[in-house]
Amino acid sequence: MPILEGQGVTKYFGGLAAVSDVDFHVDQGEIVGLIGPNGAGKTTLFGLISAALVPNSGTIKFKGENITGLKPHIICRMGLARTFQSVKVFPDMPVISNVTLGVHFGSRQKVTSAQAAQQATRLLEFVDLSGRATVPAKDLTLVNQKMLEVARALATKPEIILLDEIMAGLNSTEIAQSMELVSKIRAQGITIFMIEHVMKAIMSVCDRIMVLDHGKKIAEGTPQEIATSKTVVEVYLGE
Amino acid sequence: MIQLSWTSIRASKSYLIPGIILLIVLIILAALPTFGSKYSIIFLSTIYMYIVLTTSWVMFSGPTRQISLATAVFFGIGIYVAAILGMHLPLVVMVLIGGLTSAVMALLVGGLTLRLKGVYFTIFTFGLLELIKNLLNWYEVTFTGTRGRFVVVVDNNAIYLYMLAIVVLTLLTAFLIRRSKYGLALQSIGEQEEAAAHIGINVTLMKVSAFAISAFFMGAAGAVMATRWTYIDPFMAFNMNYSFTPVLMAIFGGAGQLGGVVLGAIFFAYLEQILITKYPYYYMLIFGIVMVVSILYLPNGLAGVFQKWRLRTVGGGNAHS
Amino acid sequence: MLVTILDVGIAGLLMGGLYALIAMGLSLQYGVARVLNIGHGEFIMLGALATWSLHTVLGISPLLSLVVCAPAGFILGYILHRTLYKRLMVTSDSPGIFEGNSMLASFGLLFIIQNLAYLIWGTRYKAYSYLAVPVNLGGALFPANSLVTLGFSLLIGVVFYIFLVRTRMGKAIRAAAQDSSTAGLMGVNINFVLALCFGLGVAMAACAGMLISMNYSVFPSMGMEYTVIAIIVVVLGGLGSIPGSFIGGIILGVIGSIVTYFDAGLALVAYYVIFILLLLLKPTGLMGK
Repeated sequence: MPILEGQGVTKYFGGLAAVSDVDFHVDQGEIVGLIGPNGAGKTTLFGLISAALVPNSGTIKFKGENITGLKPHIICRMGLARTFQSVKVFPDMPVISNVTLGVHFGSRQKVTSAQAAQQATRLLEFVDLSGRATVPAKDLTLVNQKMLEVARALATKPEIILLDEIMAGLNSTEIAQSMELVSKIRAQGITIFMIEHVMKAIMSVCDRIMVLDHGKKIAEGTPQEIATSKTVVEVYLGE
Repeated sequence: MIQLSWTSIRASKSYLIPGIILLIVLIILAALPTFGSKYSIIFLSTIYMYIVLTTSWVMFSGPTRQISLATAVFFGIGIYVAAILGMHLPLVVMVLIGGLTSAVMALLVGGLTLRLKGVYFTIFTFGLLELIKNLLNWYEVTFTGTRGRFVVVVDNNAIYLYMLAIVVLTLLTAFLIRRSKYGLALQSIGEQEEAAAHIGINVTLMKVSAFAISAFFMGAAGAVMATRWTYIDPFMAFNMNYSFTPVLMAIFGGAGQLGGVVLGAIFFAYLEQILITKYPYYYMLIFGIVMVVSILYLPNGLAGVFQKWRLRTVGGGNAHS
Repeated sequence: MLVTILDVGIAGLLMGGLYALIAMGLSLQYGVARVLNIGHGEFIMLGALATWSLHTVLGISPLLSLVVCAPAGFILGYILHRTLYKRLMVTSDSPGIFEGNSMLASFGLLFIIQNLAYLIWGTRYKAYSYLAVPVNLGGALFPANSLVTLGFSLLIGVVFYIFLVRTRMGKAIRAAAQDSSTAGLMGVNINFVLALCFGLGVAMAACAGMLISMNYSVFPSMGMEYTVIAIIVVVLGGLGSIPGSFIGGIILGVIGSIVTYFDAGLALVAYYVIFILLLLLKPTGLMGK
């Protein structure tokens, strides 16, 4: 049984269908990629899953339970976390507080302040931000803010994490580091569903890839299959 | 008055010395009715009232960054509760009921409207004040045939001690909230609400509860202060001043810190005392001028109230140098 | 029966015209300059009391005194924006903070203006009689001054609408209302336009004050009621839409007239209830973005 699945998911903004009748599934332990041209509806789909948005029709199930219509904080506590394409750290708080918040509120366990601080420190090490723990989050570079978002999301002890373009704007060294981070996350037993534009990263890291265009799913398969699919190539070249 | 600065408290690495100083100050203040003049008792009561209103206002609007102009509503509810019940119940009960009624009102109102963004919420709270004022007035004129009620008279020392108790409770609550993870969550909601919801924070619950807690203290203060006016009507009880003055004092205080709030409260209370009986219009005129000048020239203004709300209390202080 | 409907309907239009006028002024100030001017009603009050003074002391007809009051209001508003609100724009970190600060500053202005008025004019209600002759419209009697008020409001509304839609400056204003920074980049002298709009808003308030003084008694604390009505109308019409404020004003006036027919004290309450329902159900109002 897939850990995350959706059927017929549709979202209209005004008259425009941002996401149109999309079926998808992510199995436990997989790394699934979500690609497509700009405006294809990828971030919208993530928003529908995390309940930032409410679908016009369709159902989304997490761990077998219907989560359509639940509030974001409930879904988070059930074990689904996400990062945001337009980075949403808590700017006026120290970096470590961003993470301790995730520890305190993101899962069903109760922790003391000391334990939370410990967990947060470990998470900052995990994403290589230990040196910036007391800096206000707004003073971080964009790249580091993205890492902070990942740490914060991981703090909620998710079973699946939705990563939204964490590699945007990175140079090749940084991309390689990100890819490693993704592997490390998987090694913790966390399923990953990720949106990316950096093709080489997606192709090498993902088990399976889904392609959206104009709100519709147009292809799905292994990186091999996707790379050689005519439909996909046309969609990308035709832009 | 001793200027309390959170950084100095933290720097001393223990709360022992500041705690002792606070305790001494508290004992002196509590004993004041025995040796102070009637004038100073009344004057200090007014100051306490402003401190309570300002601190409660900051308690909610500081972290969440939603400017509420409903302070006068909750204060007025407390006043009205005292007016309606006053003759039959002891002051303690009245204060509690006043506070609770305001809190319940805040829960209702907050539940409905805290999802309104930015200026809409502020305008709503402003409109709420006018609505309640006119509704009560219409009700009193149409049904009870009176306009205004008489409040039971309570002696000034009692008012003073009750207000002192409420001040201590309010300040304590504000302090504890700031240091707790609840306060951190509130701040995260104000900084980036969507992300806060996505890391497991029940945004609605947090906002509404903070709103209700702050309303409780406003209502409690209203119930006590009502006994000072012997006669009240809806227009006196629900007065816009009590919504805007706390905001001004918070700005004056620069991030709603205790020292500044106290100074601001003393300044305005003093101004009020001198001018209000003989030259009420000059008092309000000066008030307006001070307000405009403060907003124009005080370095942090509203932004300072929001951004520095928690920073000074917990660890973030050094991050900013 | 028909007479009653006519009575209530036309009274509603009279009220509505006035509401439309005061709301348009506020809408200009908030929609373009992003200043929620809580002191709007005080400028109305100034216009009203100034008109009263000019009439009772110098015998100048209210309509004529408009020639003085409107430009004076405009200049006052223009200067206020160039000095006070412009500075706030500079010192505020974000648009949200600016809106908060400018609202608070407006509140301070409210205090200053209202209490200056108390010191100058005293607390007593003042009234004068002008064009109080009754006019017969379809069986219902209306005082001529009310009809003049309606005519004036409609005239100003229509003229202003044409100004907004047909002239270059009007286009600049509409552009600034949508996105002031981009408008600035497109060559619009944004400082001038913002101050202009604020000034126009005050001028409209002064006009409204003059019209009110013809029909009702005036006193220094009359302003707040109109400010709140203006805010309600602006929300009803849609924050940022000036035509919306016009239509919203007429609608609210008619509703007010109907409610007043049943119970005069409830009109204000009805407005607030509408207001709160609007905010909860459709905050963008009739024509807002």
